Amino acid sequence: MSGVRHQVNDTVLTAYAAGELPEAFNLVVASHVSLCDEARVRLETLEAVGGSLLDTMETEEMSYGSFEATMRLISERPKEAIKTRQAAKPCAVFPQPLVDYVGGSLNSVDWRPLGMGCKQSILKSSGEANVRLLYIPAGAELPDHGHKGIEMTLVLKGAFIDGTERFARGDIEVADEHLEHTPIADIGDDCICLAATDAPLKFNKLLPRIAQPFLRI
Amino acid sequence: MHRVHAHRDQRAFRELFDHFAPRVKAFLMKSGASEGLAEECAQEVMATLWQKAHLFNPERASVSTWIFTIARNRKIDALRKQRRPEPEDLPWGPAEEPDQAEVMVLQQECSRLSAAIKSLPDKQRELIERAYFGDLSHSEIAAETGLPLGTIKSRIRLALERLRREMK
Repeated sequence: MSGVRHQVNDTVLTAYAAGELPEAFNLVVASHVSLCDEARVRLETLEAVGGSLLDTMETEEMSYGSFEATMRLISERPKEAIKTRQAAKPCAVFPQPLVDYVGGSLNSVDWRPLGMGCKQSILKSSGEANVRLLYIPAGAELPDHGHKGIEMTLVLKGAFIDGTERFARGDIEVADEHLEHTPIADIGDDCICLAATDAPLKFNKLLPRIAQPFLRI
Repeated sequence: MHRVHAHRDQRAFRELFDHFAPRVKAFLMKSGASEGLAEECAQEVMATLWQKAHLFNPERASVSTWIFTIARNRKIDALRKQRRPEPEDLPWGPAEEPDQAEVMVLQQECSRLSAAIKSLPDKQRELIERAYFGDLSHSEIAAETGLPLGTIKSRIRLALERLRREMK
């Protein structure tokens, strides 16, 4: 798929290739790569670096009888373990990694209202970072927010405008704590995003700040 | 790798095991696993290699790259107790006949990359290692590694384009 204009940066992609990102960010990067061939090429190149590191590494001696133990392991493993993921595409909006987390297509999402027509659905992941789906009606503003850590937002449907930049399906925006931003959904269509943060978002207006502990933003 | 997949050749598998298992074990220990856990995981990684040999696509990755990804996923699973969301699969596998010329070029480029990593100044090599073994904060990861990645990139791009064409 082409047309992606905002790719994930090398720092984040390297950490993903190395397996060093929190699960919430992994989900955003995996979804982004699913929608962007160029990012996939970059990822596989970074994995080649990992392969070369492995190949040129000093070795640790394996235990006595290790090979035989591995062959036993193979014979004991159930055959089902080999099955590959089915190719059927159950959702036009969600790439496969997201379908796995939501447990289905867009229709299966358990939305909670955020006010002003915005909705969110928090997905289950490890505690270090949070990941959620956001639904912003066309032309609406995502509640004004800054955040303490890194925020990564991937557009799945529609588009949003942040300052002078426009982000559409497959595009990713990585924002650090210095960026106070106000994404606005493009007027053409309602916008659905996948957003991960490694610290709770802080909202700048009083009311959302009171609501924050309840909404788990 | 071809012999392991096509002929379920145990001797060929043994050769891969002898080369890679001690490296996978070292990789896991550097990433923070105990000796016992690293041994156990290295065996599991090699067992997965045997079982999933049919999924290996030599046009897109070298054997060491492929084993690295299996070991990395095992590391996340065993050390961090997390799921690893993977990008959507492209329909690769036994159906397509890999183009041997492409396979050769990618292999040569990966060897060139390994040689380049070996010959890096200690400090730079250490930085890259730390990025992959997890004791580097994200802001420290250098964007400019000076590694010869250009040709590998274009080979992978070519292989992906070929796959996309075949899908249509």
